[in-house]
Amino acid sequence: MGVLRPMTLYILRRIFGFLVTLLIAAAVIFLLLDLLPGDPARFILGINATPEAVAALRLQMGLDDPALLRFSNWLFGMLRGDFGLSQTQKLPVAGLIAERMAVTLPLTLFAMVISVAIGLPLGILAARHRGKPVDTALMILAQTGVAIPNFWFGMLLTLLFAVTLRWLPPGGFTPWNEDAWASLRGLVLPSLALALPQAAILARVMRTALVDVSSQDFIRTARAKGMTFGEALWRHGVRNALLPVLTILGLQFAFLIAGTIIVENVFYLPGLGRLIFTAISERDLVLVRSATIILVLVVSFTMLVVDLAYGLVDPRLRERRA
Amino acid sequence: MRVTKSFALASAGLLLATGLAFAQSTEIRVGAPLEPPALDPTAGAAEAIDVVVYQNVFEALTRIDQNGAVQPGLASAWTISEDGLTYRFTLNDGVTFHDGTAFDAEDVKFTFERILADDGVNAQKALYEAISAVTVVDPLTVDITLSRPDGLFLFNIGRGDAVIVAPESAANNATDPIGTGPFAFVQWDRGSRVILEQYGPYWGEKPALTKATYVFIGDTATMTNALLAGDVDGTYNFAAEALPVFDGNPQFKVLVGSTEGETILSTNNAKSPFDKLEVRQAMAHAINRQEIIDGATYGYGVPIGSHFAPHHPYYIDLTNTYPYDLDKARELLAEAGYPDGFSATLKLPPVNYARVSGQIIASEFAKVGIKLELINMEWAQWLEDVFANKDFDLTIISHVEPFDIGIYANPDYYFGYNNPEVQALNETLNATTDEAKRKELAQEMQTIIAKDAVNGFLFELAQTGVWNAKLEGMWQNAPVEGVVLRDVHWVE
Repeated sequence: MGVLRPMTLYILRRIFGFLVTLLIAAAVIFLLLDLLPGDPARFILGINATPEAVAALRLQMGLDDPALLRFSNWLFGMLRGDFGLSQTQKLPVAGLIAERMAVTLPLTLFAMVISVAIGLPLGILAARHRGKPVDTALMILAQTGVAIPNFWFGMLLTLLFAVTLRWLPPGGFTPWNEDAWASLRGLVLPSLALALPQAAILARVMRTALVDVSSQDFIRTARAKGMTFGEALWRHGVRNALLPVLTILGLQFAFLIAGTIIVENVFYLPGLGRLIFTAISERDLVLVRSATIILVLVVSFTMLVVDLAYGLVDPRLRERRA
Repeated sequence: MRVTKSFALASAGLLLATGLAFAQSTEIRVGAPLEPPALDPTAGAAEAIDVVVYQNVFEALTRIDQNGAVQPGLASAWTISEDGLTYRFTLNDGVTFHDGTAFDAEDVKFTFERILADDGVNAQKALYEAISAVTVVDPLTVDITLSRPDGLFLFNIGRGDAVIVAPESAANNATDPIGTGPFAFVQWDRGSRVILEQYGPYWGEKPALTKATYVFIGDTATMTNALLAGDVDGTYNFAAEALPVFDGNPQFKVLVGSTEGETILSTNNAKSPFDKLEVRQAMAHAINRQEIIDGATYGYGVPIGSHFAPHHPYYIDLTNTYPYDLDKARELLAEAGYPDGFSATLKLPPVNYARVSGQIIASEFAKVGIKLELINMEWAQWLEDVFANKDFDLTIISHVEPFDIGIYANPDYYFGYNNPEVQALNETLNATTDEAKRKELAQEMQTIIAKDAVNGFLFELAQTGVWNAKLEGMWQNAPVEGVVLRDVHWVE
């Protein structure tokens, strides 16, 4: 082990944890979906279908194979990069998910950028003026932002900017290759709706972290060297306060990728959340489990990146772990 | 300065949008609450499929019009043999599928043989099981022979489940539908929209629209905003609770029409205590129809007293068979041996009318001692538990099939009603082609079913469309599932 540098070991450990998480998640997803009541074939053919037609469709969909066989087919298929064929849409799952990612990923990124751009400065400003009216006002604002549900805020945005002013579309999405400008316009309101509550959370976390840091010895030392409180906070405080903020950012990214379904519904965007929701109600088991495992992959990968970023921001961490 | 600039930019965008709106006078954007899982109407029961493709992309031998009458479709005419068993169809000449291949009698043969094949997955296979042979006489003449007379045959072959498909393309219709209709499928952006465009070489009268886009918007409030913002030009069946927004608005029109959806409190007749006539009669007396219609459909539902659509010529009004009377209900329960009532479950599928009706019925039933436990379910679970496994006491569901009184003649059907008299009547009805006689038989069946209080008969669902006031030609009624665009056009 002595040959491995501490940082390498740290990375390897994290990657191992990441792979184990994926395998456990795959088993749990498969099991839960298999226990879900409801026959996919019956769902497709409805209440007037003859038993023979339902049986024929079950056979076509491979629903009657033993569970273990279906599980191993799925796992080995994924290892080859084959996520299976959607049972209701008759198309490769990988393609369906990629299509939705073209909406969900930019939406998530825009929302993240907006929330960082609003949240962090406001958090720093509040910490800088701790206990003063500016701080109180900002924190009341943040508390309100946290409390407002994003879908409701989204509806208000639609009413103002789409129904009344007609500046932006009320929803829907134009594919990127058709009219990229229209695609961008379609993402403005939903990313705003998603970003506001996230920005409020970020502002609060940033402020708390900075306040914690500002009572530490090194800030006092910096002050003793003649820096103003603001300078000390900016030069020494912010970097030290970033750790909790990074954690929250990672969680927010994961939440935005998988959890935008309500906002997608409000703006009728063809995102990943809606794909999975529809697939569950239509009992498209192949699509649900492959999409879910991809989400698990994205979320655990984000966490991996956050873990590694800790090491970058705080050299002490990688040394301590090694 | 910056404010002015962005404002100018926004105004420019607005002008652009307005300019487009004027140019779009032959295009339409239709809002639909559900996205179809696939686009093949012959291999799935989802209404969302027919909403997009029925009579637009695909056509059948006959065509059902908005009043439920049978009109010529791909077949221009037909004759029926003396014994009512052989139908000879004359097909239209010059019809092509959207991939350019010609339509002829072989396609008709292929279509019906595909439905009836052993491994066929047609959702309405049972409707076509009377067909014993499809014979090609010449390319434009085809004979369909039945094993027994079927009074509904011409209607049934006009449905979305029997649209004519071609052997070259049928396998791919789920994702790339190829039909003979006035509109050809162009593009499907999954999760968002389906685009159809007018098919140039269409054999019949050209529609006024050149392009139709179906936009899928599941949420009622969102659909309201999309309509108000002009992002969609209309929707065919909108949630009744949102209609007041559009009712007085001169930019919109609300079309209220009929459907084939008999909404019933489905009762497990094979299970105690519901196997007792008095118990079912007691429940019928405890149903306050007007209250349910007001609560669950905002007054748009039409009361029914049996399992039959009020707009149908065979309909008779039986809503007064067991009028709302709680004392009478208590009396009947006591007679049946339940003076203190009983407990039961009410399983509710995920549709608003069922959930709301369920709550109203539970509170009425509680007054006579019937304690209902409400259980909310998803569709897939409902289909398995209630419909396939018959594991239920009561449920609320709308039966949307046209002329489906025949389900009361099937003792294996999920509500378990077994009455040989009704079964015999139904058999006679199916074999009868004389209108007056059919009407008499159908009315007799309605009466027996009502008197037996097989299910709680609540209301006929209404179709409530909201459209741009300048649009004409939409179907007001929904005799079959579908949003037929053939006659839709813009007026100034």
